[in-house]
Amino acid sequence: MSYHDILLKHQELPSEKNFNAISAQAAERAICSGGDDAARLLALLAPAAEEFLEPMARAAHALTLQHFGRTMQIYTPMYLSNFCENECAYCGFNARNKMPRRTLTPAEVEKEARFIASTGIEHLLILTGDARVRSPLSYIKECVEILKKYFSSISAEIYALTEEEYADLARAGVDGLTLYQETYDETVYDRVHKSGPKKDYLFRLDAPERAARGGMRAVNVGALLGLSDWRREVFFLGLHARYLQDRYGDVEIGVSLPRLRPHTGNFKDVIATSDTNITQIIMALRLFLPRLGITLSTRESAELREHLLPLGITRMSAGSTTAVGGHTIEAPEGEDASQFVISDPRNVEEMKAMLVSKGYQPVMKDWMRI
Amino acid sequence: MTMEDLLTLGGRSIKSRLLIGTGKFASYSLMKKALEATQANIVTVALRRVDTGSKADNILEYIPKSCILMANTSGARNANEAVRIARLAKASGSGNWIKIEVVQDNKYLLPDNLETLKAVEILVKEGFIVLPYMSPDLSMAKRMEDAGAAAVMPLGAPIGSNRGIKTRELVEILVREIRVPVIVDAGLGSPSDACECLEMGCAAVLVNTAIAIARDPVGMARAFSEAVLAGRRAYRAGLASPASEASASSPLTGFLRDEAR
Repeated sequence: MSYHDILLKHQELPSEKNFNAISAQAAERAICSGGDDAARLLALLAPAAEEFLEPMARAAHALTLQHFGRTMQIYTPMYLSNFCENECAYCGFNARNKMPRRTLTPAEVEKEARFIASTGIEHLLILTGDARVRSPLSYIKECVEILKKYFSSISAEIYALTEEEYADLARAGVDGLTLYQETYDETVYDRVHKSGPKKDYLFRLDAPERAARGGMRAVNVGALLGLSDWRREVFFLGLHARYLQDRYGDVEIGVSLPRLRPHTGNFKDVIATSDTNITQIIMALRLFLPRLGITLSTRESAELREHLLPLGITRMSAGSTTAVGGHTIEAPEGEDASQFVISDPRNVEEMKAMLVSKGYQPVMKDWMRI
Repeated sequence: MTMEDLLTLGGRSIKSRLLIGTGKFASYSLMKKALEATQANIVTVALRRVDTGSKADNILEYIPKSCILMANTSGARNANEAVRIARLAKASGSGNWIKIEVVQDNKYLLPDNLETLKAVEILVKEGFIVLPYMSPDLSMAKRMEDAGAAAVMPLGAPIGSNRGIKTRELVEILVREIRVPVIVDAGLGSPSDACECLEMGCAAVLVNTAIAIARDPVGMARAFSEAVLAGRRAYRAGLASPASEASASSPLTGFLRDEAR
């Protein structure tokens, strides 16, 4: 049994025809009914539900408040390496992109860590490209050994690993995994991942489950909105989260909803997801899985992030840079080696001040290695 | 009432029967005001939330010195993790009161009684004052009591659900059969829920979400505090409820005692 079986079983359900067949009454009913069956998720994501965004917002806000209170967890990403063997059409780190590549040395990792920690950050997300030679597991573990001194919680967003490797990483001190399927549509997946180890759809699809088995206490999945029809993508993302939540009750399951941003590559085929759409998505997922963690990244503008905050968001990044060593190592003039452009450049202090002004408690620490 | 009605718990005499949880508040200063408004004596804090690195972000700085700090093991998935968290709490100066919370179910946040019991057994031996959060199951509560738990803390409804004392029938049995204090923890949504728990003979309640997410947390904290007082008074005054066995009435057949029967 793998999530792939569930995905195959539901292939036909989130079709354009089925989404359009959802009536206004069915959509309205789905808001109040509760439950996590696939038909409810379909109705919450349907065009008909757009008429009910306000009641959806009220319900989503109430559920978020009940389960997470007036709190928001803050984290910062730290890029360790941008070497990558993949040709992902949408990504700035694409192996074919001519860009300066680097892997942080242990001394540089320590320097970045010291800086990030000085801003009050306790939850760190480390990232690498997909290059086992340039940033092997042993290197990542070496970095974690340094980072443990500075942060209470370390999550990793790196290439897909085997279960044993995840267990190894967990023992080394990494407690969370973030790994996006990017698209659940196998055909689109095959098209946008032109070459590289990431081309293996199934190995990636099952990676979050392997991480949960390997002992990660938090697993975050996601779809890169813009590669394919968002309704279909979010439907399968929601089912993926439910699958993991049902089977790995002791693991905190979260989702991320990155929307494609401009980047240094040449991906032009972005299928738009509007602000209204992303709002509906966040609320639909909150109503579908009330305890789900939902992360909103700095890809979104400061203004939109603030509006979406009460509707289901539980985690936000602050003080983000998507460049390797971007916190402390100055890039030569004219050089851009970031993965994507961020839209909310506020630092940790500014983000905390915003949250406080909105009546939210910024939570810097919500975990500890034990 | 002539004598002060104190709760004896962990070798201490406790005045307030409203224990407060510290999650979900909009700010630590607001939480502090709520704690002060209730004159809470026992406050529980998730150790994983304690950020000793920063004074402004350290929740412990906002807990009145008069309160007993009861660290909890929130985040623990098994006995082993709960034990490690408890030891860390003690080592970091959070005292030896520990609320054991072992949850393997992030969907409903229901406790794992078996792992909780294992943690109770270990931590009592290490000298902790142990208060286990549990599903109201009599045999488990007895085992926890036998293992030396200072109280048992059955849930009224799932954490954060604000649904009230849905487990009433089972909690009543614990009140009748368990000698250590029974403290309802989790699920209470309104002051009347808390009042009901005290009326039925529970020694205390622990409330967090219903206070933290109220429009006016300080006002709600005060309301809970008054409801707890009223419930306790009703219980002491001999409310005729199925659980109030303590209020024995004068036997109507007492005259038969003279007969050798």
